[in-house]
Formats: sequence, C-alpha cells, structure tokens
Amino acid sequence: MAVKKMGLKQKYAHLTRGLDWETTYEKMDDVFPYDKFEGIKITDWSKWEDPFRLTMDSYWKFQAEKERKLYAVIDAFAQNNGQTNISDARYVNVLKLFLTGISPEEYQAHRGFAFTGRHLRGVGPRVACQQQSLDELRHFQTQCHTISHFNKFFNGLSEFRTMHDRVFYLSVPKSFFDDARTSGPFEFMVAIGFAFEYVLTNLLFVPFMSGAAYNGDMSTVTFGFSAQSDESRHMTLGIEVIKFLLEQHPDNLPIVQEWVDKWFWRGFRLLGLVSMMMDYMLPKKVMSWKEAWEIYFVEAGGTLFKDLERYGLKMPKYHEQATEACEHISHQLWGLLYQLSHVAGLHAWMPSDEDMDWLSEKYPNTFDKYYRPRFELWKQQEAEGKRFYFNGLLQLCHTCQLPMTFTEPDDPTTTCFRESEYEGQHFHFCSDGCKDIFDREPEKYISSWLPIQQIFQGNCGGPTVPDVLKWYMFGPNDGAEYVGSEDHKLWESWKNTTTKEAAE
Amino acid sequence: MAQIASITLYQNDEARPVMEAILQDNPTARVLNMPGAVKIDVDDELVINRATVEEKLGSEWDCQQIHMVLISMAGNLDEDDDRITLSWKH
Repeated sequence: MAVKKMGLKQKYAHLTRGLDWETTYEKMDDVFPYDKFEGIKITDWSKWEDPFRLTMDSYWKFQAEKERKLYAVIDAFAQNNGQTNISDARYVNVLKLFLTGISPEEYQAHRGFAFTGRHLRGVGPRVACQQQSLDELRHFQTQCHTISHFNKFFNGLSEFRTMHDRVFYLSVPKSFFDDARTSGPFEFMVAIGFAFEYVLTNLLFVPFMSGAAYNGDMSTVTFGFSAQSDESRHMTLGIEVIKFLLEQHPDNLPIVQEWVDKWFWRGFRLLGLVSMMMDYMLPKKVMSWKEAWEIYFVEAGGTLFKDLERYGLKMPKYHEQATEACEHISHQLWGLLYQLSHVAGLHAWMPSDEDMDWLSEKYPNTFDKYYRPRFELWKQQEAEGKRFYFNGLLQLCHTCQLPMTFTEPDDPTTTCFRESEYEGQHFHFCSDGCKDIFDREPEKYISSWLPIQQIFQGNCGGPTVPDVLKWYMFGPNDGAEYVGSEDHKLWESWKNTTTKEAAE
Repeated sequence: MAQIASITLYQNDEARPVMEAILQDNPTARVLNMPGAVKIDVDDELVINRATVEEKLGSEWDCQQIHMVLISMAGNLDEDDDRITLSWKH
C-alpha cells in the first residue's frame, strides 16, 4: 500500500512535538534551571510555531546544497585570482573589519543559541535554536574560509582571532555579544533573535553584501547572501519569540519592552561600524548609510512596530535620536578611525574629491557644513607631508565601548557626555541610551573589560604603544595610512602588470 | 499608510522564476534592484504561489526551495505546501 506523502504542516507537527517528556527522577525546574529567573511567564509551550515549518531533515538538505554552491564559488574565485579583480585594494579593509569584528560574533551567536537550544522547556523553540546554532557556526567557518584567500596577499587578516579578544575598537562587537551571552535565555533570544536579527541585520548584510557584489568580490557576496538566507529564518525566529512572549502573559510586556529598548540601542551603536563601511570604505558605493537606515529601520522597522502595537509594544526608546544621528555617525566614526589608524589593524584614508561630492549629495544637511571642512584640512595637511594622527588614549563609553566621539542630539558641534555614579565610582557614557542601559543593571556593567582602562592597569602587553600593538598581534604594516602602504603598493604592482601586458 | 510586505531574493537564474511569479500574482509589486539582490515590496500582503512558480520554471517546485534564493523578508510569514504568504493583515 502506497503511503501518502505528509503535508508540510503535518510533517512539522510530527517532528517538533512529543519529542520529550515530563521528567520524574529529576524536577523539571532542575533540568531547565534558567527559563524562569528572568520573570518571563510561559503558560503553554506548544503554542510555539515556526512559520517556515522547517524540520531537521529538510534543514540538512538545504544547508548541504547551500554549502556546495558556496564552496564552488570560493574555489573558482581562488583559481581565477579573483583578488586582482576587486575594485580597489581599499576594499579589503572592509573584509579586515568584518573578519576581526563580525565573524567571531557569529561564533558567539553559535554558542549562545546552543545554550538557549538546551535550556528552553519547549521543543519547538529548542529545534529552532539548534538550527540557528548550527547556522551561526557555518557562518563563522565559511567567512574564515572565504577571507583566508585574501590573507595570502593582504595585511591585517592573519591574527583576527586574537585581535578580536584584545583590540580596543573590537571590544565594541565583543562586549555586545558578551552582554547578550551573559543574559538569561529569553533576553538572549530578544537581543540576538529579535533586536539584532530582525530589526537590524538587514543593515549589516544586505547593503554590505550588495557592496561586495558591486566591488567585484564574488566570494564574499556569495558567503554573505548564503548566510543571509539563514538570517531570514533567524528573523522569523526573532519575531516569533516576541509574539510568543507577548501572547503568553501580559506581565511579560514590560520586561520585553525594556529588552527591546536596550538591544535596539546597543545594536544601533554596534552598527555604527557598518555605517563607516558603507559611506567610506567601499570604493564603489551601493547606497548611503542614511538611505539604508530609511529603508530598513524607518520603513521596515516602522511597519513591524506598528504591527506589534496590538500587544502594547512600543517603538524602541531613543529611536528618533538614532534616526537623527544617521546624518552624522558615519562621518564621525570615519574621522576617528582616520586619526587612529596608526594604532589600528586596518588602513584609513581621506575620501577623494569625487567621494566627497557623493557624500554632499547623500547628506545635504550635514556633510558640507560639519565634515567636509575637517576632511579638507586633513587632506591639506597630508599634501604638506603632515598626515594627522591622534596620539593619546581615548575615553570610552562604559556601555557600548566606543570612544566618546558622538555629538549631542540637537547640537552636532558639542560632544555628548553622560555620567553616572555607582558605589562611589564615576562611569562615562556617549549617549542617553548607553547611560540608561548601565543604570538599569550597574552591577553587571561595572565588571566590563574596557580596553583603555586595561592598558592603564598594565594588562595589555606593557606601558608603551609598541608594547600594546605587539600584544594586539598587529603586524608592522597592518595599520596607518592606506596611501603608500604595502597593500597599496601590491595593488599598484598588479595594476601596472596588467596594463603593461595588455599594451604589449 | 499601507504596511509594506517585502521579500529580498538573489539576483540570479534560480530566483528569476520566483520573482516573475511574484510580479504576476501581486500586481502592485514594486522592484528595487541592487547589485546581487532584488527587493520586492507589496502593500500589506505578498503571496508566492507554487503553481505560478512551476509554470514559470517549467518543472516542479517545492515551496521550501525558497530557502535557496532568499536573502531577507518583512511581514508575518505563513508557509504551506501551496503558497508562501508575507502579510501584515490579521
């Protein structure tokens, strides 16, 4: 007798329900010790549903096919010397920031979801978390494999793992994930699943990977979009978490709202690094950071939160400040990196005249008024042989760990400083959003590992700048100005060879 | 103001029949072309019908094959054997 093939809904029901049991030798609360202390109330775990209805067997099938396609492209890229066909060697600095700042966070996400996938009491979310955990591990691996080809030619990539744990600006993404991973399982899901994956990840992967496509980096665009196809599933998990928590019990709303507020602001600060990539580091630009923010936060995020109003959930606190700050953050951060690139693991440069005109067009309210004059002065100093570097240690925001470089919400000529006192000590913040996060859980953040404070305490290789850079495992040619760097010279030599051979 | 349901797909041959099916079945769809990716927006609800994709493709297509060409999306998802819906309607 032929067995009728099961429909998708039926198959999902069979493979995500009735897989475990009420324990009797051990108390359920001892088996799942972490899913209550945050105050979240769950009355019926079976209400959880993955709308993709992806079961483990289909998951393996699709992931295997994605891998085969990706590795075919990576092979072809290496075989055909794809590195010589990128738009410009400046582009590789995007990969340096990505590999040192983002890829290790994929690994953190892998571990975080493995933990959550163990510790939630319901089978539906456990299956979804386990799939996401495997995805994140795949992202970390494919990113290393893809970018390893560039490591054969360019500086600043080889010691990415150590750099991530030690370098001052990389503590921005590291502290973000450390914070999420030291939260309870529900906060982790809201932080990474909802705030990061659903609300903000499009801003990281879509315009940035489209940028890789536009700049001739076939292998990166392929891993990027291959990862992003998993992200769509993660986004679905993220929104499912929110709906599930809000539908389970009305007491969950204030807790979830606080998490959404916190993780939106933390994510916004973290993505400042992406704003720099989009507006300054891509030699051929796809869209401005401000345009991406309009599409993916103002429009898509606005729609999402309008939908969630029915549960009483509001737009994240300070979202207006974030949107207003999008006129400024990429310029402020690039200006900062330019001044600090001699102590960084990647290169910086001043935009060309053509790029400055593009920035004026994209930022008509702010670029010419506040940033062009500063950049033109630096260019003039370069022409006079006096390239400007800032020599000194920076004050960091205690929450996001970015240097205090951002300006007041209503005054782009005044640096924003906020301060809190806790147990007789002063703590400094770059914004109201970061101060609020600290004030809500000061006992958590007083134990933060702040890279500048750690240098002063003598924990970073020694007292001098060369000592610290050695401890960061920076090579002698990893940082400083791009023009005249080894990367630049290598690129010029490739371009000259091509021109000569073509002419002969 | 309408709430926008949206899907972003690879800009490649595998995704093309899906994109064509969306444009046919969602007459108000708007297309944003980016290098390597295409974003399709529809007011309130976006539907992908398996039958239409199969007609464009000329062979069988399983709705879960969307995972091979998907980059991003917006809207509450519902997927079964015959269609994928992204919607803000309740």
